[in-house]
Amino acid sequence: MQTHARKMLVIIGEAALEKPLVRDARSFGAHGYTICDVRGGGERGDREARWEADRSIEMKVICDEAVAVKLAEHVLGSYAANYAVTMFTAEVGVFRPQKF
Amino acid sequence: MDPVVLFFLLGLVARIARSDLRLPEAMYDALAIYLLLAIGLKGGVQLAQQPLATVLPQALAAIALGAAIPLLLFPLLRARLPRPDAASIAAHYGSVSVVTFAVATSFLAARKIDAESHMPLMVALMEAPGIVVGIVLARAGGGQRIAWGPLAHEVLFGKSVLLLLGGLVIGALVGPEGSRPIAPLFTDLFKGVLALFLLEMGLVAGGRVGDLRRAGPFLLAFGVGAPLALGVLGALVGQAIGLSLGGTTLLATLAASASYIAAPTAMRIAVPEANPALSIGVALGITFPFNIFVGIPLYLQYARWLGGS
Repeated sequence: MQTHARKMLVIIGEAALEKPLVRDARSFGAHGYTICDVRGGGERGDREARWEADRSIEMKVICDEAVAVKLAEHVLGSYAANYAVTMFTAEVGVFRPQKF
Repeated sequence: MDPVVLFFLLGLVARIARSDLRLPEAMYDALAIYLLLAIGLKGGVQLAQQPLATVLPQALAAIALGAAIPLLLFPLLRARLPRPDAASIAAHYGSVSVVTFAVATSFLAARKIDAESHMPLMVALMEAPGIVVGIVLARAGGGQRIAWGPLAHEVLFGKSVLLLLGGLVIGALVGPEGSRPIAPLFTDLFKGVLALFLLEMGLVAGGRVGDLRRAGPFLLAFGVGAPLALGVLGALVGQAIGLSLGGTTLLATLAASASYIAAPTAMRIAVPEANPALSIGVALGITFPFNIFVGIPLYLQYARWLGGS
C-alpha cells in the first residue's frame, strides 16, 4: 500500500502548555494532534505527574514540513525559555495524505 | 493526634525512604474532586439559613484579607528574590490551601469546637484575590500586558473554585433535607477520604525535599515565619468580624496556608518566568507540613489568646 511522506513533530512539555499548544498547532495549519499524559525527567528536574503542577504532556502533530518548522520555531521562541520543553521530529508515512 | 496527620506522616516517610508506593493519578484527581465538593456542599447546606447581613461583611473581609497578604509579603520577598519569583510566592500565600482547611475543620470537630458553618464560602472567596494581586505585582515593573481573559477563566473555572462554589450552590439549593440521600458519601466518608488524600500529599511533599535544599535558608525561614505571622493576622481579622473561636481558628488557618492547586497552575500561565520549584517547594515542602503538624493547633491558641468564645 502506498504511503505519503509527512513530518511528525513531537512536543513534550508541561501540562500548563496544553491549551496554548493546541491553539498554536491549529493556527499554524495542523489538521489534527494527539496528546497523552507522560512523566519523565530532564535538566529541570523530574516531573512525576503526581499532582496538578507536576504533570507533563506529549503532543504529536503529523503535518507537512512547512507547518512543522513554523510550529517548532514558535514553540522554541515562545515557551522554551521558561517551560520544560523537549521537541523532535520524525519522518512518517501516512496512508491518507489529505488528512495531514 | 489526628489520624489524618499520621497518614500524612506515613506518606512523607514512604517518600523519603524511597518506597515504591504511588497512588494512581486518577485516584488523586478523584479524591481532590470529592474533597472540594464535600466541603462546598457542607457549607452550602448551612449557608442558606444564614442572614445575608451577617455573611456579606465577613465575605468581604475574607476577600480583602486574601488580597492584602501578597502585598504584605512581596516587599519582604523582593529584598532577596527576582520580581517574578517574589510575586509568585506572594500569590501562593495570598491564595489558600483547601486541604489545610479540611484538616483544620477535622481538628476542630475532634475537639467539639464549633465554627461558622459558612466558612467554606470564605475558602472559595479567598482562592482568587491573592493570585490576581500576585500577577499584578509580577507585571507592575515591566511593560508586559496581562491576558486577563484566559486568566480569569483559569481562576474562576479552575476545578477548585468551580467545585467549591458548585457544592455551595447545590447545598444551598437542596438544604439539609435534600442533601440527606448523598450524606453517606459526602459527609460520613469525609474523614476517611481526607486521610487517603493526605497520604498522597505526604508522598508529594516528601518529593519536594530536593527543592528545599536548593531554596536556601531564606526561603526555609520564610516557609515557617510567614504562616506564623499570617496566622496572627487571620486571627485578628476573625476577631474583628465577630467569628467564633472555631471560625477565628479557621480564618487564621486560611490566612496562614499557601495554595498548591489553584495558584501554581495560574502562576505558571501568567508568570512563566517565575521558577515554580521555589514557590511550590516553600508552599508544599515547608508551609503545608508546618501547618498540619504545628500551625493548626497553634492557630487555635491564637484564637484563644485573642479571646474568641
